[in-house]
Amino acid sequence: MSDAINYVHEQMSKQIDFPDFKAGDNIAISYKIIEGSKERIQQFKGDVIKIKGEGGSKTFTVRKMSNGVGVERIFPLNSPNIDGIKVLKRGKVRRSKLYYLRDLVGKKARIKERKFIKK
Amino acid sequence: MNGLIGKKIGMTSVFDGTGKRVACTVVEAGPCVVTQVKNEESDGYYSLQLGYGEAKEKNTSNPMLGHFSNAKTTPKRKLAEFRDFDIDKQLGDRITVEEVFAEGDVVNVIGTSKGKGFQGVVKRHGFGGVGQATHGQHNRQRAPGSIGAASYPSKVVKGMKMAGRTGGKRVKTINLSVVKVFADKNLILIKGAIPGPKGSFVIVEK
Repeated sequence: MSDAINYVHEQMSKQIDFPDFKAGDNIAISYKIIEGSKERIQQFKGDVIKIKGEGGSKTFTVRKMSNGVGVERIFPLNSPNIDGIKVLKRGKVRRSKLYYLRDLVGKKARIKERKFIKK
Repeated sequence: MNGLIGKKIGMTSVFDGTGKRVACTVVEAGPCVVTQVKNEESDGYYSLQLGYGEAKEKNTSNPMLGHFSNAKTTPKRKLAEFRDFDIDKQLGDRITVEEVFAEGDVVNVIGTSKGKGFQGVVKRHGFGGVGQATHGQHNRQRAPGSIGAASYPSKVVKGMKMAGRTGGKRVKTINLSVVKVFADKNLILIKGAIPGPKGSFVIVEK
């Protein structure tokens, strides 16, 4: 991407101080929803299956199972509507795009947790 | 119309105040140099001719070199004339982006659209094609259909939309709004798409 576009991103996007997360991590996103004049915060919990794009147009996709139906939601990382991101679990996966999860149900669709050994 | 000559940098998206994502084009506008001032006495009207983009001296003709040396500036690649400039500028003065544009301005952008080569009527004029693959159709899915009647008028009327060279033409996109002006980098952020490939010259007028 050109320097000029990077400069525009730096000027236009808010500072993000979210924890670092990768594909395979289980995260909870607090998302602002505006209903008329009222604003409330909704949580979306699920596994990150994709991180895409660069700079100000970076997005990530979160997948969860809701009543047996797979639900995927795409969030722009720089969106001002994201209130906060919490990493609940670190996943151990071998690829960056977890599309294979779409075909799996039940116990097979689980992601192994990455364990950190304390010394 | 007044405005500036610039260069298309590329597209990106930013978030507006309500959290909506807006597709924007980054344009490097100016700084331009006044290469000629036309006035009522000698030319019959007032206008400023601006130059933008450095050109090599060996690629510039002698008459043009004289024209640029009159304005005491280096050779420029692109020249354009703007009427209705209300700022007082002399020959050789620089005009920067913050002098002309402000946030919220409505602008038109003129550029040369991307060349597409020889294209059929579906891409070139938005024809629907024949529409069916079965019912006796063969090799006609993107065909133009009839181009006129038979013995009367026994010719194809002028201007009939047919296949041919597409794109690479001067295009003006109107009523785009300026999202932001970055004075220190000579950039403006324009809402929406503008004609031409990245790196091409555009004229942003207001």
